[in-house]
Amino acid sequence: MSVLIDNHTRLIVQGLTGREGSFHAQQMLDYGTKVVAGVTPGKGGTKHLGVPVFNTVADAVKATRANASVIFVPPPFAADAILEAMEAQLPLVICITEGVPTLDMVRVAAALKNSKTRLIGPNCPGIISPGKCKIGIMPASIHKQGNVGVVSRSGTLTYEAVDQLTHLGIGQSTCIGIGGDPIIGTSFLDAIRMFNEDPGTHAIVMIGEIGGNAEEAAADYIKKHVKKPVVGFICGQTAPPGRRMGHAGAIISGGHGTAAEKYKAMRAAGIHTVQSPADIGSTLASYLHKSKSKSSAKKSAPAKPKKSAKTSKRK
Amino acid sequence: MKIHEYQAKAILAKFGVPVPRGEVVVKKDEARAVAQRLGTHVVVVKAQIHAGGRGKAGGVKLAKSPDEALNHAGQILGMTLVTPQTGEEGRVVRRLLIEEGLDIKRELYVGVLVDREVGAPIFMVSAAGGMEIEEVAKDNPEAILKEKIDPTVGFQPFQARKLAFGLGLTPEQVNAAVPFFQSLYRAFIETDASMIEINPCVVTGDGKMYALDAKVTFDDNALYRHPEFKDLRDLDEETPLEVEASKFKLNYIKLDGDIACMVNGAGLAMATMDIIKLSGGSPANFLDVGGGASEDQVKNAFRLLLSDPNVKAVFVNIFGGILRCDILASGVVNAAKELKFKVPVIVRMEGTNVKQGKEILKNSGFNFTVADGMKDGAQKAVALAGGAQ
Repeated sequence: MSVLIDNHTRLIVQGLTGREGSFHAQQMLDYGTKVVAGVTPGKGGTKHLGVPVFNTVADAVKATRANASVIFVPPPFAADAILEAMEAQLPLVICITEGVPTLDMVRVAAALKNSKTRLIGPNCPGIISPGKCKIGIMPASIHKQGNVGVVSRSGTLTYEAVDQLTHLGIGQSTCIGIGGDPIIGTSFLDAIRMFNEDPGTHAIVMIGEIGGNAEEAAADYIKKHVKKPVVGFICGQTAPPGRRMGHAGAIISGGHGTAAEKYKAMRAAGIHTVQSPADIGSTLASYLHKSKSKSSAKKSAPAKPKKSAKTSKRK
Repeated sequence: MKIHEYQAKAILAKFGVPVPRGEVVVKKDEARAVAQRLGTHVVVVKAQIHAGGRGKAGGVKLAKSPDEALNHAGQILGMTLVTPQTGEEGRVVRRLLIEEGLDIKRELYVGVLVDREVGAPIFMVSAAGGMEIEEVAKDNPEAILKEKIDPTVGFQPFQARKLAFGLGLTPEQVNAAVPFFQSLYRAFIETDASMIEINPCVVTGDGKMYALDAKVTFDDNALYRHPEFKDLRDLDEETPLEVEASKFKLNYIKLDGDIACMVNGAGLAMATMDIIKLSGGSPANFLDVGGGASEDQVKNAFRLLLSDPNVKAVFVNIFGGILRCDILASGVVNAAKELKFKVPVIVRMEGTNVKQGKEILKNSGFNFTVADGMKDGAQKAVALAGGAQ
């Protein structure tokens, strides 16, 4: 099982004929994702990578019965692309584009509230249900099908965590990169709620970072509703206040959004926190084993987590 | 992007936000002439740096005569202001804003920003003007009045009135406050600001409202819509290495430690800093080379890292996705050939084409330290930089 995407996902690529769009569409096709259409205004009626191209998302949806879209257009056109996909009633839209103006996203977020569309991103690596469907830019090879849900604001740090899991023989149900911007379509809370309700997800890894309080909001939800083991890491423990650490949303402002605050909230919610990014996989492994034996991942895991990585209780 | 107070005020004035009359000077002699032209009993001499807390640090002074203005200007120009926001090294004052003094009856706080939790702009006001809003928020949160703004319909007059009456303004003052607030919001939206803070916003004896101070920060992602803002950037206010980095589109932030790090992706870059610290070391910087870095980009990154004299080791931590490990490795080798590394370089690579990458490093003839995992890399970097502190 998985959340949001699986073998039935039929994907449109907005910006298919561009450099980024072409490269990643090919990778997605190679993975087995059903890329059914591309959208590039002015190139309708042509084919690219063997995929039919349409002028509008509405045309593409009508012709292909697509149910998801991924966006690779440059930042000035990203908000428009999201709204076009929303108007075409696509239930899932993933925006990879980095550098979308915040006020554009403010307007998009307001429009999305009255729609049927779930947005993931922007400024995110995308989403993958290993073995079923990959939508985004993550390297496919590090993933393994299984029962751990991973949600993160970061790209490469997620790859790091997933790689650790896979090396321990622990597969993933779905990995969602929610993006590093201050205003995003899908929050930690949304992702964790979906993982909690997904019978195919037995444990959850959440990787947060400094800035905002989305991790705290998710922790609050976990405390009340989640029985599955959750392992949490926050990057930016050493980040100086007032500086944007690469991601537009990664900033400690007015003394808020620190890693320490987030760790505190996570620990209070019973989340197994990890201080070192190198311990994410092994910590999850130890709780997966404790939690009981229904996980198929357990059997295939090599008996590595002997050091039962420190879930730090330091303050 | 941050700008100076005088630049912020000029922009706000264009949107109809009342600001005190004033002029910018870069030489102390000009201060007297400006004070004379303003012609008020009191003028204010204000240091222009990109940091708050100037008043307490001695960067803002009142002058009761043009001669006194000249005196203050002579003192403040060229001084290094150290405030809680500048860091220990402080900032050199290169410009002054000379402004008319006003008959101040009340000092308020007024701010507009995008609230990420609600996903919309919010307008905030407080009767506690002149104080750090974060302090007010901590000690007395109910003293801050907030209005969430629906971006599809914009900031409504009733919201402005609600805030103004909430501040306890007289009906006459409310009449000044409502257009003030609305103009401020229009400036916020039309300049793609990420934050506007007027602290203090003052009410004068004749019932008018002025932006006595102004802090405006623009959304970097929206700067392409405002090419005219490019000229407002003041490179003197930025760390030289960071200015250099921005030329190469490298995301670099200088820190105090001695282990440089080069990483792809912001999250992994922060996590790398964290693991260096956990291993007993101290990171010299944050550096995200980006997803699609080229060999050249890697070389530029090395040049930048090595120009920091504190650096005793470089830890390269790359998780190859779009950025392939073989490209990275070639970049590292080329950089080593050209820049003649004098400090140890520790490379940890994983992901796309990692085998080819490791081969390239091994056959390069250089003595790179290859690490197995982040933790191993961080520990090796700390050891090679002279051990844990």
